[in-house]
Amino acid sequence: MTKPHTAARQYLVALRALIVFTAVLGVLYPLAITLIGQTVFPGQANGSLVSSPTGNVGSTLIGQAFTDGNGTPLPRWFQGRPSAAGDGYDAGASGGSNLGPENPDLLTAIEQRKSSIAAFNGVLPAAIPADALTTSASGLDPHISAANALLQAVRVADARGLPAADVSALVESKIQGRDLGFLGEPTVNVLELNLALAGKEG
Amino acid sequence: MNAWFAIAPVLTVVLVLVVVHRPLGDYMASVFLSVNHLRIERGVYRLIGVDARSQQTWQSYLRGVLAFSAVGVLLVYALQRAQSVLPYSLGFPAVPEGLSFNTAASFVTNTNWQSYSPDVTLGYAVQLVGLSVQNFVSAAVGIAVAMALVRAFAARRSGTIGNFWVDLTRGALRVLLPLSAVAAIVLIAGGVIQNVSGATEVTTLTGAVQSIPGGPTASQEAIKILGTNGGGFFNANSAHPFENPTAWTNLFQIVLMLMIPFSLPRTFGTVVGDRGQGAAILAAMAGIFVVSLTALTLLEAGGAGSAPVAAGGALEGKEQRFGVLASTFFATTSTMTSTGAVNSMHDSYTSLGGMLPLLNMMLGEVAPGGVGSGLYGMLILAVITVFIAGLLVGRTPEYLGKKIGPREIKLASLYILVTPTLVLTGTALSFAVPAIRTDVESTSILNPGLHGLTEVLYAFTSASNNNGSAFAGLTADTPWLNTALGVAMLIGRFLPIVFVLALAGALAAQDSVPATTGTLPTNRPLFVGLLVGITIIITALTYFPVLALGPLAEGLQ
Repeated sequence: MTKPHTAARQYLVALRALIVFTAVLGVLYPLAITLIGQTVFPGQANGSLVSSPTGNVGSTLIGQAFTDGNGTPLPRWFQGRPSAAGDGYDAGASGGSNLGPENPDLLTAIEQRKSSIAAFNGVLPAAIPADALTTSASGLDPHISAANALLQAVRVADARGLPAADVSALVESKIQGRDLGFLGEPTVNVLELNLALAGKEG
Repeated sequence: MNAWFAIAPVLTVVLVLVVVHRPLGDYMASVFLSVNHLRIERGVYRLIGVDARSQQTWQSYLRGVLAFSAVGVLLVYALQRAQSVLPYSLGFPAVPEGLSFNTAASFVTNTNWQSYSPDVTLGYAVQLVGLSVQNFVSAAVGIAVAMALVRAFAARRSGTIGNFWVDLTRGALRVLLPLSAVAAIVLIAGGVIQNVSGATEVTTLTGAVQSIPGGPTASQEAIKILGTNGGGFFNANSAHPFENPTAWTNLFQIVLMLMIPFSLPRTFGTVVGDRGQGAAILAAMAGIFVVSLTALTLLEAGGAGSAPVAAGGALEGKEQRFGVLASTFFATTSTMTSTGAVNSMHDSYTSLGGMLPLLNMMLGEVAPGGVGSGLYGMLILAVITVFIAGLLVGRTPEYLGKKIGPREIKLASLYILVTPTLVLTGTALSFAVPAIRTDVESTSILNPGLHGLTEVLYAFTSASNNNGSAFAGLTADTPWLNTALGVAMLIGRFLPIVFVLALAGALAAQDSVPATTGTLPTNRPLFVGLLVGITIIITALTYFPVLALGPLAEGLQ
């Protein structure tokens, strides 16, 4: 058997070890990474913010709502996916709906979205892609599918008095292929698309 | 769904791991066998007051593990309770007692279950000084215990199994720190944030105000993934665009999760002097992994169930940039290791698809498992496999020249009983005690019906196996779940470690027996097949009834 004082001594060693590791791994390491990040990749390290003459308008990585004060979608802007983050695209409260595949609430929500999106865009409910009907995992998904963007092009063009073909062409130009050609899914970044749209009009 | 886009990312990861596991496995073998100390390590040993040359008995080694972890729980608990007076706390108040206990237990046990929502609970001080540090050291503890067991197989008539403080320091400073520093910088390049500037207010295109969060995310993300921890800087975890911005960072994170666990079998083979032994363990791990990944991908791509059919695809709780394929690859990786990070919400998976992350954890997270814990879990199963094979042919079983006698098999058996006991007892108590049941059903469970049972089962499976992923609709920040899951995490981590170190002590003390014609060769495909079979049979027999009540019943409706 070990003597009592050696067993107690392990706790003293443990405490000292934790203090040393905290200094190295909890303070020096993140500090060093922050310095390197801020020096070498300042844009990314600070949140990939998009600036305009009037200040930052958002982050290319964080989706935002294109709705009026009541949460009604504005036809002038391409709309992102439904969001479960707070009241929608609340970047301080990321998260998904966590509704299960057989949950009646989810089924009702999908059917409601289907009919309102169909009416909003003047398309058949069957034409609406899945990403437009479902909330993302983060609630901050900055992307929609190409089909979802193209489906909205006519409505946006009408609302802005632009030729539909021009808006569709703009969407086509904003479709991002899969990373390295085989990873993930093709996407359209909604903020970047809407910024390009605003630039076109201006 | 084009099969190429499902297979090409997997092939890429396989290729990277094939290239990386040899040098990394050999490097780790040299790190944990070396008799030389780096200058910085000698400084650490002086500061903490240990003689690095001294060797510990298994009991002493275990006391080191437990003392270090106990101090860790106390510090993380205290930091959360004192949050209101700490700098860089973003104005968040002290974390309540029950939640602080749960979170402290969670991060020290390498589980990283999150009963809290980080976005609205924790400032930078607790995240860095408390959680980031435990991300490193809990992973280093796992590697240390695994290496103690591996060295015991190679030892002859030894009363000692190594020095815990040396193993801990080397694991943290020579393996985890350099890899995570590189990984963090790659992640920043991909768009993961790393700043201490708090939230930035922006005026959106429609004139609304959006508050874009900040934080030292990349430094924590790297070790969260590499150390198979899984606790997100943000509530949405690796689904959050600031944690996992692109499909390529997603693949990078998958590689990081698998890198150390798939290299450790090589380390094992090198240390015991027969790389074929390591290759056999690796083959068993890889085989189970590929089968599970294939099943989950087919189920999610199939998109069965009311809501997925209505929406035209199982995209609820999945990010557009990942789609189904990059989500299922990540989910399988995260639950086959002990990471528990999520890039999609498992609660919203199809009924049968959601069962697979659950099954992955129930397998004991051995394919390839958490850093260290995966290897020692698989070696325990290997001991059981040679024992059962020995019974079949009526010979005393041996593994790597060590006799598997009554003491060894008792320890191995106790090891595999711990987590099922915790999972099934915890789930049963949640529904059997009337007061708890009322609380669980009214407060905790989100989804009605069978799915709600699965949420609770998932929580206890995740906590007891130290995974940390969730069917996250479950509100776990309640007195019952904070306490029960906290206790499950602590017992689920440290009781198995007691048995592993006791086994290491028993094996190290033995001399080596020469192989005879009756010895089962443990570096051949036959053994790999037996090992996979035993792993699956043990899990299936234990959990089939409860799975039949939850996800199976829901999926077959």
